[in-house]
Amino acid sequence: MADNIIRIENVTKQFAGGVKAVDSANFNIERGEFFSLLGPSGCGKTTLLRMIAGFEFPTDGEIYIDGQASALIPSYKRPTNMVFQSYAIFPHLNVFDNIAYGLRKDRLSRRELKRRVDEALAMIHLEGFGARRGDQLSGGQRQRVALARALIKRPKVLLLDEPLGALDKKLREEMQIELRELQKNVGITFVFVTHDQEEALSMSDRIAVMGKGVVLQIAPPKELYEAPNSVEVATFIGNINLIDATVRSVAGNEVTLDGPGFGQFRAPAIDGLKTGQKLTAAIRPEKLSLTASRPGANYVEGTIKASAYLGDRSHHHVHVKGRPTPVAVAAQNMDRSMTIGIDPSKPVYVTWDPRSLILLKS
Amino acid sequence: MTASSAPSTAPGFFDRLRAFYLRSDAAKGYVLLSPVMITMVILLAAPLILLVVYSFWTQVGLQVDTTFTTDRYNDVLGKQSYHDIFWRTIGTSSLVTLVTVGLAYPMAYYVAFGVKKYKFVWLILLTIPFWTSYLLRAFAWKVILGFNGVINSGLMTLGVIQEPLEFLLYNQTAVVITLAHAYAAFAILPIYVSLEKIDRTLLEAAADLGDGAWARFWRVTFPLSLPGVIGASLLIFVPTTGDYVTPQLVGGPTGQMIAYSIQVLFLKVGDWPLGAALALSSMAAVGILVMLFVTAMQLAVRQIR
Repeated sequence: MADNIIRIENVTKQFAGGVKAVDSANFNIERGEFFSLLGPSGCGKTTLLRMIAGFEFPTDGEIYIDGQASALIPSYKRPTNMVFQSYAIFPHLNVFDNIAYGLRKDRLSRRELKRRVDEALAMIHLEGFGARRGDQLSGGQRQRVALARALIKRPKVLLLDEPLGALDKKLREEMQIELRELQKNVGITFVFVTHDQEEALSMSDRIAVMGKGVVLQIAPPKELYEAPNSVEVATFIGNINLIDATVRSVAGNEVTLDGPGFGQFRAPAIDGLKTGQKLTAAIRPEKLSLTASRPGANYVEGTIKASAYLGDRSHHHVHVKGRPTPVAVAAQNMDRSMTIGIDPSKPVYVTWDPRSLILLKS
Repeated sequence: MTASSAPSTAPGFFDRLRAFYLRSDAAKGYVLLSPVMITMVILLAAPLILLVVYSFWTQVGLQVDTTFTTDRYNDVLGKQSYHDIFWRTIGTSSLVTLVTVGLAYPMAYYVAFGVKKYKFVWLILLTIPFWTSYLLRAFAWKVILGFNGVINSGLMTLGVIQEPLEFLLYNQTAVVITLAHAYAAFAILPIYVSLEKIDRTLLEAAADLGDGAWARFWRVTFPLSLPGVIGASLLIFVPTTGDYVTPQLVGGPTGQMIAYSIQVLFLKVGDWPLGAALALSSMAAVGILVMLFVTAMQLAVRQIR
């Protein structure tokens, strides 16, 4: 068994009024892991994080932190520290005192305290900022101070509640890399809450996708994207085309399906398929390509309804006869031609590799 | 409206005035302020200037000698009884401030942190002492604290005491109780506002960093509520140093304050220059004390880390 720093056992949080913010969550977080809780707003990810931090107490279930049953231990007695979404920098204290806040009652010598704080300031590249007040810092600097203030306590687990949400895109991407580097260097387990899937995919070792209070899937980023276990996860992470399909025949590793607009098509088989079974076939837009000439196999014919130019790539919506929703295709813009290259008034062909299809049971 | 590009018709005076008004933030500010400024100048600054002028004159019988002199200030500073009553005033007002802020803080804290619904109703309830006239409230305390008052007759009926308690009325205690009640809302509201403004996440951050409830209060809530505490202190201390009615009604001989002496000089003795000098000296002294208090509070709280 892996070395689990956090074990969440049947944790349920029901708020007054009967709403279940978290519904019997069950999972482990490994020591030293960068673990993300991902989901749309209101999915319960922040409530779950706040229960690990000790700001909320579960209605039912147990949370083990480093082997100790902690569900009802108040936050000030837990070996966890948090970076808040709003950073929560104390406005009446300067940067030094903010970072030193959690160390004050350890009664360190003045010199030891200064050494620790200077070390923390160096870690976040804010040497010499100790005397600044919180309101004299930029968003990125406040975020770093919040990080240093939490890490200086040397927690067993660092909890981060959408810490990059308030930063602009460029700074955000810089901080993502920096945060990841920092996590590798200090070796502390990070539990990171975000609604931004790209952020979760680029930073995490493993991601738990949540929806409506339930943990839907826990997997490494690539597995989550390429092998989602449900329609909810598939649609939440990235874009995907869904085909309501019926199994026609199963032959070894391959299955033939029938879906509206797509007719008969092939896909890699999954366990327990029966002829006549209804399921959802899914394929990502970037795994589809457009051609003007009819390919040999694995294609559908349609017309381009709408296109959006996004610089590095273009998104097309292709209307396919017999299909209620258009097929989304993402194409890399490989050349500098000023036209899309496909005449929108003529039919186009959408093709794919059958191995790119994902089958999802309802 | 640009003057350079429209040579056909030269802009009139009012057009230019309008343009000036629209372009200048300062002009807009002064126009908005003007009703207040005019009132302040006529009702506050003018009488004050008159008072300053008077304080450098001399009362000679029924006449006023208008030769410039600083003798009135020497009179004020040289007379021990003025010093005594001034310091008694400061003592009483400080006590009132301490008691009122001390009692108001928990109430404001409760409304800000404890009340989840109908905060508005609570705030209205807290202003109830203001719903009756100031004079009536002072009289009410006279009835409660008096020789045959509510407290004495109540305790006597219960057999707790045989004789009425005499230390309740006509002394400093009575003044402190009456003023503390009268000024309660002045203390609660500013403290409430400063507590209400505190970001609750800061308290979670403090808990997260290892602070229990008391440490959180002392290290986060209290320092952040300091503007409210200072504001409340000033709103009570400054007006109570000049209070005349309450000491007059419930103060007795030992509860008198500086305003009484000023009133005597102006209206009974008829020495306006000396009265003016006493009023202005005590105003200046109170001003200095207030500045010292505010600075000391800020420095002290800055030590909390």
